Amino acid sequence: MDMHVSFGGLNLKNPVMTASGTFGFGLEFAPYGDLKKLGGIVAKGLSLKPREGNPMPRIAETPCGMLNAIGIQNPGVEHFVTQILPSLPWRDVAVLANLYACDAAEFGELAGVLAAEEGVAALEVNVSCPNVKEGGVAFGQDPAQIARVTEAVKKRAGSKPVMVKLSPNVTDITVCARAAADGGADALSLINTLSGMAVDIRTRRPRIANVIAGLSGPAIKPVALRCVHQVVRSVDIPVVGIGGIASAEDALEFLLVGAQAVQVGTANFLRPDFAFNLVDQMEALLTEIGAKSLDEFRGSLQLPLA
Amino acid sequence: MSLRNCRNVKVLKVAPVGQQERPDEFYEITLEYPDWDEWRPGQFVMVRPVAWPLDLVWGRPFSIYTADETSLTVFIQKSGRGTARIAALRPGDEVAVWGPLGNSFAMEPDAPTLLLAGGIGIAPFRGYVERHPHPGNVRLFLAHRVPLECYPYDIIAADVCADCMLEKTSTDLQAIIDAMGGLIREYAEKGGLVLACGPTPFMRTVQRFAKEYGARAQVSLENRMGCGVGACLGCVTKDSAGHHVQVCTRGPVFWADKVEF
Repeated sequence: MDMHVSFGGLNLKNPVMTASGTFGFGLEFAPYGDLKKLGGIVAKGLSLKPREGNPMPRIAETPCGMLNAIGIQNPGVEHFVTQILPSLPWRDVAVLANLYACDAAEFGELAGVLAAEEGVAALEVNVSCPNVKEGGVAFGQDPAQIARVTEAVKKRAGSKPVMVKLSPNVTDITVCARAAADGGADALSLINTLSGMAVDIRTRRPRIANVIAGLSGPAIKPVALRCVHQVVRSVDIPVVGIGGIASAEDALEFLLVGAQAVQVGTANFLRPDFAFNLVDQMEALLTEIGAKSLDEFRGSLQLPLA
Repeated sequence: MSLRNCRNVKVLKVAPVGQQERPDEFYEITLEYPDWDEWRPGQFVMVRPVAWPLDLVWGRPFSIYTADETSLTVFIQKSGRGTARIAALRPGDEVAVWGPLGNSFAMEPDAPTLLLAGGIGIAPFRGYVERHPHPGNVRLFLAHRVPLECYPYDIIAADVCADCMLEKTSTDLQAIIDAMGGLIREYAEKGGLVLACGPTPFMRTVQRFAKEYGARAQVSLENRMGCGVGACLGCVTKDSAGHHVQVCTRGPVFWADKVEF
């Protein structure tokens, strides 16, 4: 089956991408599969300057998932474009940069640096930073801020497609989706982690030094699926589904509700060859269930008549 | 054959250790060899049984205990949900294994080498002693809280000079610390190598004495790990410049003067 997908200015050889922060810069996984086999690699979040990230402990295993509060530890955008990007097989696999900043101007500057790089296929915008100037509410929870940040990135992104990654920690995710679309986003990816927490009754301490952390993994898949379902019905721009995908069946569920592609995150930790295997498994399963093509299957969810 | 890979392999053998003293706690788990070109003592593997449901999402890291052309063995102590399920594996069960991961202990065949093990931290030293060309230059010191029968002490002591101390009381603990200080000082004076693996307080003691006496010492850290391949950034420690580095890829073995933990 032809697994190629094109949307929002991106051309992918298949709908399998790896989610930011779960696949390093890609090279970490090269011993376990051919990076060129993937539809896309979203590199770990980049900031203008290097960041040390949060103190330890940073991760905790929870039922069917995990919590993380890494704090966007990264070597900075300059290091990425000079030291890492040249060694990635970007001519043969779409490499997306994930942008993390804490104000619109900084987002714009970051986008400017990355837009100049031939090896970057698109920009994914992480709007999870608490906006100190606006009372500490994350950009991703304020539709007006989402629109402003999207505009700032889009203005400096040149010809690069801009994808905004939405947070599920909001009352109505469709409002945020429309704000990103209004700001000029070419695509949306969702969901980012759910805000969560874990504590230890014996030590009487939080299990994560940052106290509050992001929940990911199979536990969040129903929430993610619901968000994608709502968003594809409320905006005209393409949507990439993320959240708890741990099998080909999970991935196809996101396509069924209307996602153009998927990102695999926590499942990369189940085993490091997971994403590579998923490419073949998705194609096999589509054939097995009698789908005629990706286009025929995508968004074909039969809803009960109202 | 490959440098590093992720393979589904079968469990060949599950051998309980120290059953008289601590039933159902320590196991040697032998797996089919994952066809690596090579491995070095101090490296580790991630193990996740293929049949595991998704309630536990991570594999579990274990140092390589020993391996040959046909098999790979890890030595485990049950300490949580993951290790309990791994201990319950049966021959024929399939597990995903990725490795060999991380770096390895320094090996200087002609240097007097002191191995300091704290409890289950003895695991990587079985392979170290087997691989060492001149075991006569190697000495093992094991500090332990559970009975000696639970550890592969006799196997290692058959090849190298070894001693051990049991910690039951705080007086025992002080005696162990004093003994470690004495040994580290001795190896510093003769320009030897000190290699340590054990719980964090044990490693801090090694680091402190190594600094005090100027010993060349390496410590093998064992942080909680999500992926084992450097991606999740959940296992970081600090290098001597205060920068976060992944224990799984930059370690697990660090020179004691180049790491903060």
